[in-house]
Amino acid sequence: MHDHEKQIPIWFFIGCLLAVYGVLITGAGVYEWLNPPPPEKMVKLWHYHADVWWGLGLLVFGLFYVVKFWPSKPESLTGRLPS
Amino acid sequence: MHLVPFFAAGDASLLSLSRIDLVIIALYFAVVLGIGFYLKKFASTGEDFFLAGRKMTAWIAGLSFISANLSSLETMGWSAMAYQYGMLGAHAYLIGAIPAILFLAVVMMPFYYICKTHSVPGYLKLRYGEGPRSIAGISFSFLTIMVSGASMFAMAKILNLLLGWDMNVSIWVSSITVAIYVALGGLLSAVFNEVLQYFLIWAGSLLIPILGIIHAGGWTKMMETIQRNAAIIHPTVSNADFTSLWRNLGSFDSNPMGIDWFGMVFGLGLAVSFGYWCTDFLQVQRVIVAKDLRSAQNGTIIGAVLKMLVPIIVTIPGLLGLAVLMNADGSPMVLVPESDPRAGITHRTYNDVLPLLMGQYLGPGLLGLGVTAMIAGFMSGMAGNISAFATVWTYDVYKPLIRKNAPDAHYLSMGRWSSILGVLISIGTAYFLFYFQNILDYLQVLVFFFIVPLFGAIILGMLWKRATPAGGFWGFLCAILVSIGMWVYVHTFPDGYRPQPKVTLSRGAVINLEKGPDGKINRIVVEKGEVETVNVSEAGLAAGAVIPPLIKDRKGEVVVQVLAPEVVLADSKETTRFGVEGVPVVLGTEVKARSATISHKFAPAAFNPDHARRIARSEKAKPMAVNMYSAWWSFVVCVAVTILVSLFTKPKPDAELKDLVMGLTTLPDEGPCPWHKKPLFWATVVAVVLVVVNIIFW
Repeated sequence: MHDHEKQIPIWFFIGCLLAVYGVLITGAGVYEWLNPPPPEKMVKLWHYHADVWWGLGLLVFGLFYVVKFWPSKPESLTGRLPS
Repeated sequence: MHLVPFFAAGDASLLSLSRIDLVIIALYFAVVLGIGFYLKKFASTGEDFFLAGRKMTAWIAGLSFISANLSSLETMGWSAMAYQYGMLGAHAYLIGAIPAILFLAVVMMPFYYICKTHSVPGYLKLRYGEGPRSIAGISFSFLTIMVSGASMFAMAKILNLLLGWDMNVSIWVSSITVAIYVALGGLLSAVFNEVLQYFLIWAGSLLIPILGIIHAGGWTKMMETIQRNAAIIHPTVSNADFTSLWRNLGSFDSNPMGIDWFGMVFGLGLAVSFGYWCTDFLQVQRVIVAKDLRSAQNGTIIGAVLKMLVPIIVTIPGLLGLAVLMNADGSPMVLVPESDPRAGITHRTYNDVLPLLMGQYLGPGLLGLGVTAMIAGFMSGMAGNISAFATVWTYDVYKPLIRKNAPDAHYLSMGRWSSILGVLISIGTAYFLFYFQNILDYLQVLVFFFIVPLFGAIILGMLWKRATPAGGFWGFLCAILVSIGMWVYVHTFPDGYRPQPKVTLSRGAVINLEKGPDGKINRIVVEKGEVETVNVSEAGLAAGAVIPPLIKDRKGEVVVQVLAPEVVLADSKETTRFGVEGVPVVLGTEVKARSATISHKFAPAAFNPDHARRIARSEKAKPMAVNMYSAWWSFVVCVAVTILVSLFTKPKPDAELKDLVMGLTTLPDEGPCPWHKKPLFWATVVAVVLVVVNIIFW
């Protein structure tokens, strides 16, 4: 039989994935900021550096979920256990 | 005579990915497979596998409910709709969804939940008997597999067009991944990946409307530009208002869809929407697995809120396509429907609007996330259909018709094997679609053939205890037949359907373009090569002849279309391609001409306006308007026949209808509930917000 109390919540997986994506996208954005592509290869509104702040947003959001739903806490896979 | 703006479609691949993008995509595949393997141990009984153990919280159920609907076919398709129909495209997320979802939560959910059915066809069995259940079970199994295969094919085709990926690799990699994680974790896996996909879709798509609105100069400026550009992009509806939700529905010709408010409210808002949201098992399955009735109801209402937000990432990009997609010369980029002969040759299609915006705004990393969101959307669409197929096949076809009394472990095993079998049949369907791509265009309509009548049968069964099994069966069946009949009728042309006259210049043909002072093409002189014509009189195709810009047809003059997929300019020797309308073509002495005359009595890609007028009340009705009105008539037929037959046949005794019909169902006491957790309170709040949103964008 399975034991739902020991399952890892989906929010934790989501947090991990978004945090890793945040790091990768921010890194790619900073690299591009420091090494600008030729004008014909630049995306529209490149000067806003959307990848940097969007990546940071994903990182913060992801880390928040990772911390909040860290598996050591007694939560069910499908959400918090009733108290 | 009008001239379609000159436009070259560009390179074969629309987007190019960097290494970081590929890492992001690979990570997604690794995570979904990892989740599938992890969840296997939690799917050890039939209840776990098919219904995720009935332990979902309201948030998970709500996210999964809305995510199962938010596939990439949906996001790309409805962005395309917004590009084609303007703001009216948002109705699919407002009146075309929210009232039905709230109705499901407040009125229908108690019946689905209390009778503990495994599926919507299962409810039909309990309420009406085996006949309606068998029709619904078999048709639903067939449709889910078709939709899953279509999802697979569409993904492969889109990844091929956008990124140049091999279609076979896309089909097999995605389907093996889906097969592994659904067969291992069942509905639990499907639901988890749907929740994950919901976050990815927002993470990968939200930047497009934000950057697009900034680029357009703000909301008001964007709306002004749309109205200005729409006259060029959609010349056949140049007087239509593209920027309102309701203001333009007073008459059929003041909006780009050719519909009026009645069709929108009763066709989309009642028949299509209630049919889809209240009885499509793929949707309902997501919320009937909640841990208790209140969670099922609140989860559905959470789904309604999430649904209302979707226009931000779907409708706005479609509208942005009308405002910010430009050709190199600064003219608005014209996209065409998939059925247009220029599609994919000289013009991008409506469905490309979202990928074009992705390519315009998303750099390395972000583009990978956007493509991942797209792949996730397709895969979760496949997984949702496969898990729904496994449930309906096992419980509504295999168990009642093939093996009635087997132990639970047998049905669990059947569920796993039918998931794999479902994926294999989907792959077969995907390859079938390679050769019969047109079927894709009708698949969505095919779904409406069944779900609208299904809603009619179910809602009467739930609310009217006098509805009899015979009434339900005949109402359901007649409405399906009427739906199919209407579809055949609007595509039938007793006098023959003749596609628009077209001239195609062969690859490598040598031409001269004579342009006016404004740079537009006035005349095309073909010096060498071949010319193929469709529905252009053969008499005028001799060497030295001129194919006129307009040709007389039975109903007046028709513009001739000229396509040049890859031609050589005689003076500069450069290769170019273009598509224009209403331009004379002169055939040189070395030119070979071939002609064909095409006329069909039945043309599934075209609508007979005379017949469409009888169903959708206007000759101006576009396909979407015809679909909405067809759904409305189908619903009316279902209700009328069910009532009529029920009045003359014997109803089931009350004892057999307990927990299935209003008035004979006792709601379970789930303990005291504070006001802020009551489904009715939140349903009212969401309904008020819906009204406010409609007034703001009136």
